[in-house]
Amino acid sequence: MKPAVNNTENNLNKYSFNIEGGNFNDAGTVSTRIKSILKQKGLPNDVVRRSAIVCYEAEINIVSYARKGTVNLTVTSEAIEIEVIDEGPGIPDIKQAMEQGYSTANQQIREMGFGAGMGLYNINTYSDRFDISSEVNKGTSLKMIIKTSQLTKDT
Amino acid sequence: MDIGTIAKELNLKILSASDRMKNNVTGGYTGDLLSDVMANSHEGDVWITRQVHQNIVAIATLKEHAGIILVNSCEPAKDTLERAIQENVPILICNLPAFELTGKIYNLLSAAK
Repeated sequence: MKPAVNNTENNLNKYSFNIEGGNFNDAGTVSTRIKSILKQKGLPNDVVRRSAIVCYEAEINIVSYARKGTVNLTVTSEAIEIEVIDEGPGIPDIKQAMEQGYSTANQQIREMGFGAGMGLYNINTYSDRFDISSEVNKGTSLKMIIKTSQLTKDT
Repeated sequence: MDIGTIAKELNLKILSASDRMKNNVTGGYTGDLLSDVMANSHEGDVWITRQVHQNIVAIATLKEHAGIILVNSCEPAKDTLERAIQENVPILICNLPAFELTGKIYNLLSAAK
């Protein structure tokens, strides 16, 4: 089986990871790696925790719905920026998709405990800034910003 | 309280990571909706669930749970157990339903405070 995660760490503060759609076996691997990177950088626990939550939800969305996707992580002195771009069916009605409880997940996904309609809602809740754009039959792009203001005071 | 003590007190069957029974349990979370567990559980929690597929190991690793307890004598899927052994995440089995197990663990943790 080809690996779902190709980690190309460009430099100290920019990272890129690929995610394969439909591969539930490796779901969560990218989020775990990102969490470990942020922890190693000594970021505050709350920042690491929120980053892991939003990243996991975005990762599960790619695995559940898209053909493939990329997660770009950028760490600056002020914020964590997580950009998630997928090639997939896109979202026809973003407002509806953002509603808690709304999901288009199939039965198989729901049986695993995913598809509860909490993904985008949680991403929005735990990010300091969340932008989403989507084109039907092309894909969806997310950008999440989590501020690390506590860190900047110390450094 | 460590997870080994909880296992002993409640007669849980340990399936993986038996060398991690000193993992400190600071709380617990009961749930089968993975987004809910992801958002609301905390590091050091013991996770009580009925889900048996391998994504539970990914969540427990990511959230740094003290361990996973499967309720109603449910066995993990084969690849779940393999993943748990590989990642050294404790999976334990309990014959009680989630409500009773949660209550018992809550009482143990409260008494230990």
